[in-house]
Amino acid sequence: MSAPAIRSELLSKRYRLGERRPFKSLRESLSGAFRRPLAGRRHREHIWALDAVSFEIAEGEAVGVIGRNGAGKSTLLKVLSRITQPTSGRAEVRGRIGSLLEVGTGFHPELTGRENISLNGAILGMKRAEIAAKFDEIVDFAGVERFIDTPVKRFSSGMYLRLAFAVAAHLEPEILLVDEVLAVGDLAFQKKCLGRMKSVSREGRTVLFVSHNLAAIRSLCSRALLLQDGRLEAAGPADEVIERYLRDAAAGAASAVELPRPAGADTAVGISLRFTAEDGQPRTEFRLNEPWRIRFDFECLREADHVIAGVGICALEGVPITTLYSRPARLLPGAYSVEFTVDLPLAHCDLQFVAGLTTNQRSVYYQEGLGHVSIIEAATGEQPVSARSGFLLSAARPEIVPIPDDGRRASRAGRGPTP
Amino acid sequence: MPTNPAGANAPATVVIEPSRALAGLGLAEIWAYRELLYFLVWRDIKVRYKQTVLGAIWAILQPLLTAVVFTLFFGRLAGIPSDGLPYPVFSYAGLLVWTFFAQAVTQAAVSLVSSANLISKVYFPRALVPMASIFGGLVDLAIAFPLLGVFMLAYHVPAAATFGWFPVFLLLAVATALGVGLWLSAITLEYRDVRYVVPFIVQLWLFVSPVIYPSSTVVPRLRALGLPDWLLGLNPMAGVVEGFRWSLLGTPSPPLGVMVGSAVVSVLVLISGALYFHRVERSFADVI
Repeated sequence: MSAPAIRSELLSKRYRLGERRPFKSLRESLSGAFRRPLAGRRHREHIWALDAVSFEIAEGEAVGVIGRNGAGKSTLLKVLSRITQPTSGRAEVRGRIGSLLEVGTGFHPELTGRENISLNGAILGMKRAEIAAKFDEIVDFAGVERFIDTPVKRFSSGMYLRLAFAVAAHLEPEILLVDEVLAVGDLAFQKKCLGRMKSVSREGRTVLFVSHNLAAIRSLCSRALLLQDGRLEAAGPADEVIERYLRDAAAGAASAVELPRPAGADTAVGISLRFTAEDGQPRTEFRLNEPWRIRFDFECLREADHVIAGVGICALEGVPITTLYSRPARLLPGAYSVEFTVDLPLAHCDLQFVAGLTTNQRSVYYQEGLGHVSIIEAATGEQPVSARSGFLLSAARPEIVPIPDDGRRASRAGRGPTP
Repeated sequence: MPTNPAGANAPATVVIEPSRALAGLGLAEIWAYRELLYFLVWRDIKVRYKQTVLGAIWAILQPLLTAVVFTLFFGRLAGIPSDGLPYPVFSYAGLLVWTFFAQAVTQAAVSLVSSANLISKVYFPRALVPMASIFGGLVDLAIAFPLLGVFMLAYHVPAAATFGWFPVFLLLAVATALGVGLWLSAITLEYRDVRYVVPFIVQLWLFVSPVIYPSSTVVPRLRALGLPDWLLGLNPMAGVVEGFRWSLLGTPSPPLGVMVGSAVVSVLVLISGALYFHRVERSFADVI
């Protein structure tokens, strides 16, 4: 029995709350110190993004990390990849860590594809010889041979992403940390990514995978960790942990969801999502065929053109069903709200949401895995639908009719031309 | 608790825990990441010269044009002495090292802020970022350096016998720039308004350094006031600029007090900068 690849002992990370702006100005700090010299550190609230998290991950294991937004998933990866330090506790990591926290880190738009491969490889921890040896393979994987000497600012976003992922995927670390990369790119590319992660884990390397896409976690990971409010809520076989997560999510569903506010957002940020019935009453359960509403509140931080607010409706497993968009608007700084009426023929199912804001077709805010709404069957029991029958329910319910005798013969006769 | 059997082929174990107050400077780690440093310098230079019309010529034009203006106004019109050398040679030599210092420090100050994306996504010793700015400045210095030889030929200034000392003063220039760069980059990351003050500080610094004038005009006045020589040496760039000229052009050797004072301050700035940087770098990803 070899030592575990990752061993975490009471790992904790504390953040200060209330400091909405991530940075200070020297002028304010100085004048603040003069005005209220004693106010100092009194009213400082803290939040434990990770709270005494202990676990072990064996070598070669693929482990999924799930939990609601703000549960500490990304913080865990950040601490394990040494980007940020834990406040207390310790972790031991055996082997080189490669993190796909966000692909394309360190890409420079002015440099060519070739130059960016070298630079990005070095940033991710590859040696020069290693980069040279894998160069052709990376270009091949990304499928950008023809553009390799073009500055990447002229790449399409798809090409850019493929190249970035290709470099990261060829890092060949002993331990791979992945955070939501699969949310981006087209379907074919997502498949490629999943395939690469599978092969990495088959080669006996350790994978730690954070995602809201429970289906992907189910297919990739044998075990899973469930985080809630920074604490490790459950650890065990992936199926069991996912079941537990879904149960908890349904039980703790709230009709109003406060949206995370990422540091560094400078154009627009979400405030909340609210779910109400037609009469305005907040609810988290709606009957089949009952129209309901989603209200999306957001804040515009600076004047922006062509702003579109969108709310995506996804199955609880993360599979997108549809996205609702607002009309575009030119907005001044301030708080705004948009209300969508959901009159889709949704079947009995559990839903989660994505909130996004774009300006001039550029995404400035994107959060997924939000909220929890259940569509439940009417008490009449008239509908024969089950969770397995899909997300949509057609209102058309045709009569069942007997096939007349000659008609049956015709259908038996098969492909022949009818007289 | 069982300890890890560190076998020959076992992958290295990294222990992640809150760092203690004074846990060294992380120099070994910086050495381990030297290839990344190379790539960061390479990126800076490549990007800097890629989309500029003048390209690398800019590195020469900057000190050259400044020297021309200085010669015209300070040398000719104001008649500022230049240690017996033709004023153009005198000022270009000083401006060479000054331009390096000013550029390197200004770029290092904003280097962490502009690498925010990198710092919040990938781990590496953070000191590499301001270091890359400093070393990138050295490349500019190397490009502008040969022109000094042209100046010396044109004005018949022979190469000095003290040339052997040149590497020492170059090292001192790098140490000073690095020390100041480490301080400013870490402070700028926490207090974003500092970046607007840096160019101003650098400009004032030029006037208190013996670039336009030789320190030989200042020292006698200091002495007349009963002040010690090392007061001038409190400015680390005083020793660096004077040392540059002394080792390259053979100007009269500046007072020992100035040189020793500057060297000591340089080293202190570097050590304190490295200590401060290492103490605050653990929270960089949280403040960005």
